[in-house]
Amino acid sequence: MSSRLDGELLEVSMGPQHPSTHGVFRMNVALEGEIVRKLKPVFGYLHRNHEQIGEHTSYLGSMPYTDRLDYFCSMTNNWAYALSVEKLAGIEVPERAEYLRVILAELTRLQNHASLLGFLLSDMGAWGTPLMYAFREREKILDLFESLSGSRMMCDYMRFGGCRVDVDEAWLGRAKEIVDRFPKFLDEFEELILQNEIVIARTQHVGKLSPELAITAGITGPMLRASGVNYDIRKVDGYGIYPRFKFRVPLGDHGDTYDRLMMRALEMRESIEILKQALPQIPAGPIVNPKVKLRAFRPPIGEAYGRIEAPKGELGFYLISDGGPNPYRYRVRPPSFINLTVLEDMCLGHVVADVMVILGSIDIVMGEVDR
Amino acid sequence: METLEQIKNRAELAARGARIEIIVNPGPSQQSSLLIDNEHALAVATFLRDHAALSFDFCSNVTGVDWLDRTIKHSTKVKQVVDGVEKEVDQITEEKIPGYLEAVYHLYSIKLKHGPLIIRMRTGNRTDAASLPSLTPVWRSAELQEREIFDLYGIHFTGHPDLRRILMWDEFKDHPMRKDYVPPDDFEWEPTPHDQVLTRAKQHYPPRPQLDGAEAITAERKE
Repeated sequence: MSSRLDGELLEVSMGPQHPSTHGVFRMNVALEGEIVRKLKPVFGYLHRNHEQIGEHTSYLGSMPYTDRLDYFCSMTNNWAYALSVEKLAGIEVPERAEYLRVILAELTRLQNHASLLGFLLSDMGAWGTPLMYAFREREKILDLFESLSGSRMMCDYMRFGGCRVDVDEAWLGRAKEIVDRFPKFLDEFEELILQNEIVIARTQHVGKLSPELAITAGITGPMLRASGVNYDIRKVDGYGIYPRFKFRVPLGDHGDTYDRLMMRALEMRESIEILKQALPQIPAGPIVNPKVKLRAFRPPIGEAYGRIEAPKGELGFYLISDGGPNPYRYRVRPPSFINLTVLEDMCLGHVVADVMVILGSIDIVMGEVDR
Repeated sequence: METLEQIKNRAELAARGARIEIIVNPGPSQQSSLLIDNEHALAVATFLRDHAALSFDFCSNVTGVDWLDRTIKHSTKVKQVVDGVEKEVDQITEEKIPGYLEAVYHLYSIKLKHGPLIIRMRTGNRTDAASLPSLTPVWRSAELQEREIFDLYGIHFTGHPDLRRILMWDEFKDHPMRKDYVPPDDFEWEPTPHDQVLTRAKQHYPPRPQLDGAEAITAERKE
């Protein structure tokens, strides 16, 4: 911390090797007793200059590397990147591929939100059990991903103008089964944790975020909607084929940690609604636009910014093409990096133990924050 | 959303003296942008945020771009008499553009649900005049992202509340996202250097006599 602290405050460095920091993340905290008076996040421990590597690689070469940004949600990372390149080069996507993208993105949202709830509970001291419950469900979805793409987490599935491999009826049947069973898990999980007395005591009225601050600080995703701002890019931009599906956007009232927790549970229900509509509707046809050249892919000169509603917020890619085989500028707009802007504002005045819960409710992944 | 022309005219009326230029995007994405002069950037940004019909209250993405010195070739058709016959000949003129750094802001409106409006600012050059006004007072979401641009591109944002390195460590000297950045060759010490790394590592470490002696002993044993 740059400014000198007077004798009243105690400066503590929390992290980088703390189990609740979800990776290597450090916070310099100035404490008055147990109350947080100042907080400065310190990160970059996982920085590998992803953007420069992207500028030295071909367009397609960056696709598997986007998996490593937010390693929980490689499918949505792929989609955001593919969407930006499709905007940059003006590529159409076939119908079946659009359906596959929606199905996989919503499955990703399910497993991300489920494991986030598990992690948050273990941050509060419920070691193991809730996380294992969440991971049990996540495992089923990862098995689906593995049978489709060959990899559980690093899927590298999307291509410019479509997807890499097609699904068969058996896969769709398995996906349907998982989707049908998921609400049962949610009922059980919500009863176990969201009505739990300790969870309520630890999260309600903790880490409040006002809608005005959330908007000006660029907060996106469930965190913005927990503050009561109705902004879901699936609805606003209507990218892909999302306008065809009926789903609601859950909104919070108080913007506290409990609302952010609840938001994830409610969003999972809506994802199930989308999946229930998308899985039976999926049409036959090609999964990739045959006009797109995979080798020697050179988009025309220009720039494009494409964004999607990733489980953690607005994930965008900004690309500038100079007509060459690799992008002149390759920029990732990472949602959890920008959501950290308000970490200090949310933590001030709370005790140290609450900092971990508030940080957990932001849902950060260091692979994406540090890039 | 209004067209870029309309927004440009409105902003020029609101912020007196502001010079705004439309940068046309030649690609199929239909995302052209407004280039705003540095002196009036804060006034224009405040106008874009506060005007009722625009209300760009959400600054989504802030990023830097490094443009090196470039020469652009323009070819124009000129009529010339070649061997007594009038022909159309391409005349090529070269235009030199000095390098600059650029900050690009992607604005959306949460209230009116439109966007993106893309605004850009350019520095005077890449060395001593690499500074821009910070737009963090207008949109706080630029706070961490402008810090990142300062860290990786070396643009100084005047008026930023806390301009420090964010991803690289504080002692780091260069700006690694610049196009002419060369990583130092002893960047990472390797316990078992090999190939290229070995030849580069030799420049930094003196030869170790005891190791040469050890090699000689093994050579003798083979005989």
